[in-house]
Amino acid sequence: MASVVPVKEKKLMDVKLGELPSWILMRDFTPKGTAGAFQRGYYRYHNKYVNEKRGGVAMVLAAYMLFNYCPCYKELKHQRLCKYH
Amino acid sequence: MNESLFTSFITPTMMGVPIVVLIIMFPSILLPSPSRLVDNRLVSIQQWLVRLTSKQMLSIHNHKGQTWALMLMSLILFIGSTNLLGLLPHSFTPTTQLSMNLGMAIPLWAGTVAIGLRYKTKTSLAHFLPQGTPFPLIPMLVIIETISLFIQPMALAVRLTANITAGHLLIHLIGGATLALMSISTITALITFTILVLLTILEFAVALIQAYVFTLLVSLYLHDNT
Repeated sequence: MASVVPVKEKKLMDVKLGELPSWILMRDFTPKGTAGAFQRGYYRYHNKYVNEKRGGVAMVLAAYMLFNYCPCYKELKHQRLCKYH
Repeated sequence: MNESLFTSFITPTMMGVPIVVLIIMFPSILLPSPSRLVDNRLVSIQQWLVRLTSKQMLSIHNHKGQTWALMLMSLILFIGSTNLLGLLPHSFTPTTQLSMNLGMAIPLWAGTVAIGLRYKTKTSLAHFLPQGTPFPLIPMLVIIETISLFIQPMALAVRLTANITAGHLLIHLIGGATLALMSISTITALITFTILVLLTILEFAVALIQAYVFTLLVSLYLHDNT
């Protein structure tokens, strides 16, 4: 189904499902393009989570701690408070 | 306490996928690079700290040694941030793995030796013999100096590994002891808890000091050889 605005210039949320493969192929996979993508992602992450007034680095560290809890869960399962271990 | 004391030092895998690469790359997110004239608070504080440390550390080098500025500063930032992040509960510290510390120490030491041998061959070879040794002692002393030269990278790596690992182990042990003592006698548990608090303060200091010592020694080896 053709759309009024050409597929090339749409952001991901505006692309319809049928046009998804052509949108993916359109992205530029040269090293410079991938580096640009990483840079944009990094700054989006930073401006959303770290550059906040309410102490962004603390939030990131708390998320890091919770993230590290997952691999340890198996060993720590039997450390819950109970009468008999 | 875990079943074995060392389960916190295994390389973390989540459902079979080793995420250790992500954990090593994590401190880079917390150290943003300055991009404007006046940045936000986080970047300004880090920039000030980096300038302070670099001035102090590079003041002893001549022009040739100061080309290593980037390397030394990234080294101290990496080791310092990784050690400090390892003090969070449940986190994995990459610098507890001997493999990684050897990977940092051996190339840097080899680089300083190679620079010395290439640009100042006579002077760097002359380091093997301290001034004013009596003549009969010379062969033995050259052997001893060679051994001490080759032990430098091993000592760098093992020093960092052992210090950080020992600190983490002590925290685990004393924390476990406090928890076990709480049901037996509260006063002893309080004393043990005070010890734990003091130990944690020490660990914060050790984290930074180890980073500093590593970098300082590399820069000393560099100074000898430029």
